[in-house]
Amino acid sequence: MRRTKWFAAATVAAFVGAAGVAQAGDTFDSVMERGTVRCGVNTGLAGFSIADDQGNWTGLDVDYCRAVAAAVVGDSDKVEFVPLSAQQRFTALQSGEVDVLSRNTTWTLTRDVSLGIHFAGINFYDGQGFMVPADLGVDSAKQLDGAEVCVQTGTTTELNLADYFRAQNMSFKPVVFEGFEESLSAFFAGRCQVYTTDKSGLAAIKSVDAPNPDDYKILPETISKEPLGPSVRRGDDAWFAIAKWVLIALVQAEESGITSDNIDDMKANSDNPMVKRVLGASGDMGEKLGLDPEWAYRAIKQMGNYGEMYDRNVGMESPLGLDRGLNAQWTDGGLMYAPPIR
Amino acid sequence: MSVPNSGEKTELPPPKTQVGVIGWLRANLFNGWFNTLLTLIAGYILISTVPPLIDWLFLDAVWGMVDPEVCKQAEGACWTFIREKYRLILFGTYPFNEQWRPLVGVLLLLTVVGFSCNRRFWHPWLGAVWLATLLIYLMLLGGGVLGLTPVRTELWGGLPLTLLLAVVGIVVAFPLSILLALGRRSNMPIVKSICIGYIELVRGVPLITLLFMASFMLPLFMPTGVSIDALLRAQVAIIIFVSSYLAEVIRGGLQALPKGQYEGAESLGLTYWQTQRKIILPQALKISIPPIVNTYLGMFKDTSLVAIVSLTDLLLATRQAFADPEWRSFFVEGYVFIAIIYWCFCFFMSKYSQHLERVLDTGHKR
Repeated sequence: MRRTKWFAAATVAAFVGAAGVAQAGDTFDSVMERGTVRCGVNTGLAGFSIADDQGNWTGLDVDYCRAVAAAVVGDSDKVEFVPLSAQQRFTALQSGEVDVLSRNTTWTLTRDVSLGIHFAGINFYDGQGFMVPADLGVDSAKQLDGAEVCVQTGTTTELNLADYFRAQNMSFKPVVFEGFEESLSAFFAGRCQVYTTDKSGLAAIKSVDAPNPDDYKILPETISKEPLGPSVRRGDDAWFAIAKWVLIALVQAEESGITSDNIDDMKANSDNPMVKRVLGASGDMGEKLGLDPEWAYRAIKQMGNYGEMYDRNVGMESPLGLDRGLNAQWTDGGLMYAPPIR
Repeated sequence: MSVPNSGEKTELPPPKTQVGVIGWLRANLFNGWFNTLLTLIAGYILISTVPPLIDWLFLDAVWGMVDPEVCKQAEGACWTFIREKYRLILFGTYPFNEQWRPLVGVLLLLTVVGFSCNRRFWHPWLGAVWLATLLIYLMLLGGGVLGLTPVRTELWGGLPLTLLLAVVGIVVAFPLSILLALGRRSNMPIVKSICIGYIELVRGVPLITLLFMASFMLPLFMPTGVSIDALLRAQVAIIIFVSSYLAEVIRGGLQALPKGQYEGAESLGLTYWQTQRKIILPQALKISIPPIVNTYLGMFKDTSLVAIVSLTDLLLATRQAFADPEWRSFFVEGYVFIAIIYWCFCFFMSKYSQHLERVLDTGHKR
């Protein structure tokens, strides 16, 4: 008996030894002390945060974390990714397990005000839509009365679906699934006539998963707004500002035409005052944030501007092949609009 | 001279319908209209499911390293997906170049499990071997010593994590549950009520609730900035849960012993612990082997619930593998693959428990 007790104690001790204790206090200081940014990401969502064959994290949300690490610590690899489930994410941020939550999280009033977090901006504008087989002969979501709808359970998607049909005074029959892949294969097997999820997801499903993309169409209605963005803990304004302005700098870089390829050239030769301020060639933008002058230079140099991140992970260069849509620069008719860096 | 009729008759062979294949069929499959009906139904189900299954699994399956597009055209399973992603499935997000470490760890652990199964090695030093093994296992995975790169527990994943949760759960929960079972049968009111309270409280809630409490509530109660490792929290939740179930299983074994065993021990002047160790527990545990193994099998599979609190066990690692948009239509192959892994471990446990029952069967055969 004695031996087993020792054994149990030793096992626990070994765990605690491996675990260590997170540092208290100011987020920026603890990040610098640790040398890494701890970033909460999705456990697996194509295009946003996904582990590749070698277990490396990639995706739009992941790249934002890497950009923050490049700006703050100096190296985009100095990130500790913590995969989080939907239920876990806010607790993990509040309790200090992660410094930044970049996990395709919709910005809502309740979350912003009552969960002890601050949204630092929006890195992807999404909205829920419907997909139907083309031969169903439906052109509008208003014609879906009585339809069987495949939907993933436990998401806001399910709630939005119910809200929309109630508002339109229509009935529907939900066919719910726990897993994304299961719900998809049910739709393609004809278990339901309609599939609903975010429109970015629908576009990807249509191009990647559909046996023949032309057999399906996405209805024009967007039934919810889903602005997705990173968030930080409340009560640390300096860190909040860093998280916010790294995102803004990435968007501004695209607007100013700064890319990871031409950035050195731009830094040396550009006369554009905005470019010079972003890249730290003039002004004291970094100092105001508590960082060095080259914070944005490193983020853009190592990770590319917002457009490059988009194309690489969810856009035309990725398997998902989404067009820019609402996520285009405001100068191109989209919603990406960076407040001035000055 | 004719041979007088001795009255003996030559033995005729039994009728053809009673022996051989036909006889066996008649006796086992077609005796009576009801069994005939059942046989026909079962036969129909087998014929309509087994050949398509074999086609899907093997004959029409894609085995080579091809593009996902090629796989989608195929009728059968796409094992290319497993070949492409097996390291992600087996090791999760553990750093790619360091994956030999969990591999060595798993092999070491399985070796020690293997030879612990042999009664010849059941000596006091086996406990020390186990302690050393688990420490080496944690060191291999965690690094930070002997020049191994440190790897945070968030990155541990796949099979090594599942095995860690299961093995540590089994090894730690077992002594704990013995104490709980003895405590519940104790005459000391405080010990008894603590044990009853613990067992009934923990048995009354689902494992998922414990995991949620450990993962979501506990961090909020901790002082700001202090956090306990997520893996440790889940591991403790599993140990707490399993030990309460196991305590009741062992208590069942204790109650099966006749009172004479206790009285005999008392009359020999044995102390309480001597009685338990030399007389009671050896018999009680032997009786309880089937339900103990039952609990362990359930617990081994329940470790997959940690996927809900984002520990990348075998199940979540597999899900991460088919989160890749190019391969996500092959999730069935992924599930089949890990089902086979789970089955192998469970089958081994179940076979071993049967073996143990046989070799320990000393005088209670009915």
